[in-house]
Amino acid sequence: MSFAHFLSVAVGILLDGLAYGMVLFIISVGLSVTMGLMGFVNLAHGAFAMAGGYVTVSLMTRMGLPFELALVCAFVLVGAASVVFERLLYARLYRAGELDQVLLTIGLVFMAIAAFTYVYGPSPQPIKMPRYLTGSVDLGFRTLAAYRVFMVAVGAVMVAALWYGFERTSLGAKIRAAVDNRRMAQSIGIDVDRLFSLTFALGSGLAALGGGLAVNLMGLTPTFAIQYLVFFLIVVAVGGPGSVKGAVAAALMLGITDNAGKYLYPDGGAFFIYAATIVLLLVKPAGLYGRD
Amino acid sequence: MAGTEPAAPASAAAAEFLLRRHRLRPAEALPWLIALGAYFAFPDYMALGTQILITILFALSLDLILGYAGIVTLGHAAFFGTGAYAAGLLSAKLGWSEPLSGLAVAGLCAAAVGFVSGWVLLRYRGLALLMLTLATAIMLYELGNARADLTGGYDGVTGIAIKPLFGRFEYDLYGHTYYLYALAVLFVLFMVARRIVYSPFGQALIGIRENVRRMHAVGSPVHRRLVTVYTVAAAMAGVAGGLFAQSNAFVSLSALGFERSATVLIMLVLGGTGRLYGAFLGAAIYMLLEDSLAKLSPEFWEFGVGLVLVLTVLFARRGLLGLLEDAWRALERLWR
Repeated sequence: MSFAHFLSVAVGILLDGLAYGMVLFIISVGLSVTMGLMGFVNLAHGAFAMAGGYVTVSLMTRMGLPFELALVCAFVLVGAASVVFERLLYARLYRAGELDQVLLTIGLVFMAIAAFTYVYGPSPQPIKMPRYLTGSVDLGFRTLAAYRVFMVAVGAVMVAALWYGFERTSLGAKIRAAVDNRRMAQSIGIDVDRLFSLTFALGSGLAALGGGLAVNLMGLTPTFAIQYLVFFLIVVAVGGPGSVKGAVAAALMLGITDNAGKYLYPDGGAFFIYAATIVLLLVKPAGLYGRD
Repeated sequence: MAGTEPAAPASAAAAEFLLRRHRLRPAEALPWLIALGAYFAFPDYMALGTQILITILFALSLDLILGYAGIVTLGHAAFFGTGAYAAGLLSAKLGWSEPLSGLAVAGLCAAAVGFVSGWVLLRYRGLALLMLTLATAIMLYELGNARADLTGGYDGVTGIAIKPLFGRFEYDLYGHTYYLYALAVLFVLFMVARRIVYSPFGQALIGIRENVRRMHAVGSPVHRRLVTVYTVAAAMAGVAGGLFAQSNAFVSLSALGFERSATVLIMLVLGGTGRLYGAFLGAAIYMLLEDSLAKLSPEFWEFGVGLVLVLTVLFARRGLLGLLEDAWRALERLWR
């Protein structure tokens, strides 16, 4: 293998991994923040991402909306709809144990999978990308798929926006305060319940946005909600619930490792990801950037 | 002396209460009578019946750790799958086909996995424990996938053959022998589980479930007890897996899958946790309904399961048995 060839393969694996990692980040970051805020184990988070994917596809094929606008609509619609679930169902179980939360949200996942199968059928949804995203970008020594480059760019913008939102705005400061110490935040007048509703909506909206972006990368079938759930959970647990920095680090590591594993060692790559997750959680049960 | 005298009748009453509580009640014969009755009443449904009995055993093993010790796990299929592959490979690759020793090997292998993983994982709680159990089960799944040369991957292990039970009882095409075999295994292991939960050890588990800090404070060896019950439950789940492999003469990766972990959890919760018989009711009703409804319309079945689960969590947290108990109490009050 010549050096140029090696470089070309390495860049390809890295870019694909980064694009995948960015999708994982965009979908998982909301789950991370809501878990950090309320400690709520929301296994239905993937269902919101899946809903986002279906909304995006439907708006594009049935109403002829452009891809970008459809993504924005998915963010708004799913985010707004998630508040209904949060107020009606989730809010009743904030003080319940993990088992109740796990069961409720598994129930929601089952219902979501069944409902989407009923409406859309079990086959993968086709999506037609705008022209500028279907080609490739020429770097001289190799070409890169334009959609992957786009994904990495969108992901980088999201990371920057979330960093700004968390570190530089009053809302972000309130969320960080509530994650650190909910009682203290409450006692200085932060309405944590309302903060949580808002965060939940934003997180579900982001999941929907990620779900829309993921269609072209990971495919979209009604089992999406459960197929990638473990990866979303790994991002949250490894990064540390409530930590945006942790979610970025964990999502990118997971995306690149999984992609490299599939490419270099297709038979057993996934095994090492779970083994590494277990070892990391044994050493740091609260995750890389979590609080004990 | 004056101070101890009133205590004597009180402790005698307490002892009497404890004895009465774990004495076998007549009503407890009911599930076994139903199981035997089904053998004679529905001879054509023995294959389904056998799978129900196996699933009851699997759910029962989960009840020991979830219902009594309060360990929330998303990876219980790890032990079922380990047992299934142990019994299956023993027959298919090593040619050892005596059924009871096959089950013993299945139980021992699963117990070994349970002991090692439990020893490491049960120091953790909350989200970390949930993720660790989930990741352990998926890791085993991926291991089975990576070693497709041994496990057959998605195509599964075939060529599992089982010798006649005790060298005498042949298996017929309709699974009558398997049914009685599974029923006998379930009965023996149920009595073991029943003995465990009413022992002082079982009471300590309930203590850990209700208030782990207090159990630490009174000097209970919490970790050792959790690992013990986790290992026992893993062994039981492994035997269930072994029965599964022997009765189907086939094992595939789905024996280790997340779906299996989730489904057994759902069955147990629908039946009622922490009461042994919840596993019977939950598994039997779930599988009977699945058999008829899932064929009719898989989507409506799945939606229904999800809906019932949500409603159970919100309104009937003690499961079907809890609802029956409430109804019974209400009737009694009405009668008076």
